[in-house]
Amino acid sequence: MTVSTQDRSALIPLLQQVQVEMGYVPREAITEIGKELHVSTSDIFGVLTFYAQFRLTPVGKHQVKICQGTACHVQGAPLIIDAVEEELGLDDAHDTTKDGEFTLEKVACFGACSLAPVMIIDEDTKGNITPDKARRMVRKIIKAQAAKAKKSAADKNNGEAKNE
Amino acid sequence: MDYMLLRHRDINNINQIDTFLKEDGFEGFKKALKMETVDVTNEVKAAGLRGRGGAGFPAGVKWSFMDNNNWPHYVVANADESEPGTFKDREIMESNPFQFLEGIAIASYAVGANAAYVYLRGEFWEVAHFLDEKIEEMEKAGFLGENIQGSEYSLKIYTHLGAGAYICGEETALLESMEGKRGQPRVRPPFPPSEGLYNKPTVVNNVETLSSVPYIIKNGAEGYRKFGTEKSPGTKIFSLSGNVNNPGNYELPLGTTFRELIFTHGGGIPDGKSIKAIMPAGASSSLIVANDEALDTAMDYESVPNVGGDLGSASVIVVDDSVSLDWLITKTMDFFHHESCGKCTPCREGSYWMKKLTERIHSGEGTEKDVELLKDVAYQIQGKTLCALGEFSTMAVVTSIERFPEDFKI
Repeated sequence: MTVSTQDRSALIPLLQQVQVEMGYVPREAITEIGKELHVSTSDIFGVLTFYAQFRLTPVGKHQVKICQGTACHVQGAPLIIDAVEEELGLDDAHDTTKDGEFTLEKVACFGACSLAPVMIIDEDTKGNITPDKARRMVRKIIKAQAAKAKKSAADKNNGEAKNE
Repeated sequence: MDYMLLRHRDINNINQIDTFLKEDGFEGFKKALKMETVDVTNEVKAAGLRGRGGAGFPAGVKWSFMDNNNWPHYVVANADESEPGTFKDREIMESNPFQFLEGIAIASYAVGANAAYVYLRGEFWEVAHFLDEKIEEMEKAGFLGENIQGSEYSLKIYTHLGAGAYICGEETALLESMEGKRGQPRVRPPFPPSEGLYNKPTVVNNVETLSSVPYIIKNGAEGYRKFGTEKSPGTKIFSLSGNVNNPGNYELPLGTTFRELIFTHGGGIPDGKSIKAIMPAGASSSLIVANDEALDTAMDYESVPNVGGDLGSASVIVVDDSVSLDWLITKTMDFFHHESCGKCTPCREGSYWMKKLTERIHSGEGTEKDVELLKDVAYQIQGKTLCALGEFSTMAVVTSIERFPEDFKI
């Protein structure tokens, strides 16, 4: 039927909307959209995994992006990727840490080739990076995170103490 | 020469509707609305406008193939622009959007479509939002919507975003993607003018092709034929990149030589190096040996094949003598392997093996037999795939090995 096939045209725009809102496409969204459009979940899964844009797992709080374009590659980007993966316990099959803190994305090219090799953590762009510098940048965030967690735990305890 | 397509380089703010109207904007569309639809198609046919997306198929002929016993009809603008080295459609849409939209409107009128779509690659979401604004402005100005300019003709234009797949530039894969499916090419025939979007007759044209249409209708086929050559009339945007001093988009008459593009406009090769090869159509290209004969060849649809290439989308990538081609084909094969859609076996398996072999040869672990095997796999793919992606993936590989054997000496 023509009408139902035309409804299906909404599938990719809907999935894109979910990803804009949530950073990835969760399983529940797939089921819901499938019911709405009368498309099976396996079929939607096929669409999601076909296109490069979609993510099926949540993104970490901190986004680490490493350029692997030609210029960065020849300046040692693979060594930086290795260092960051080791630091965060990631590999080719896992781009996000188990605690949901970091996602590592390997990017084709930032268009900042004169600064090669380039790494971006959240909004912070750093050029001429070395594996050591990359490790330090990651550790700094982990440390800041830990200090923050400690402080909020202490604040919570203080608050509870006062209430008593 | 005044620009025909990149008019924003001559006229400031032509992406504003007031400026566009002052500069004879929509005159072609207004004229078309007073013509019989078949005459509009015939004018485009007479102008000899050929598809600018790569295949070079005559646009007017494509329009005339629309099945008039099957309705409704659709027009789809292919703005997927994903060929490595191609960056012309983006400039048109961002800087001269109304001329493009006017072209869609004329094409839609000619084939009797009341709905037209612009399919943009997912990364172009900002361009899509921008076009949405421009479409709204056109509606307000009475050039889209119901009973356009007091005629009986009505048209709506919609934008639709892809989600990251090179293959969706292939027209039937694009239609699949618009229907919410995986972007895999369809078996043809039937071709889209018989059965396209939602199985209805559909014209799919590239952005640059459609943007050429208003000039043709306004100035007539004869006016258009003042530019370019007999068989390749008009102007073309050449996207120049690679080892060249001034990369960028250059709108030039078809038939301009490679030498003029690369050395006069592009400023020649940097760092005192010399030119080794030319890829005239992005990653899908054959590698042309950049000797004097090639450099003095006219860039049009008939002449480029004489030196062993195709004009395609005219994304000219310049390769200098410091580049080793075993590296270059490793990069192109990595790309095509990643982008092969997986539907037909020769491309899916062949691109996998070609990637493996190019990597092995490039790493220095290859043998002479590997080079032969690589060529053999490539030949086995040629002519056996559902769409052009598989065919094109072999071009750089085969021509590099055949024409630059010194780069593959083990």
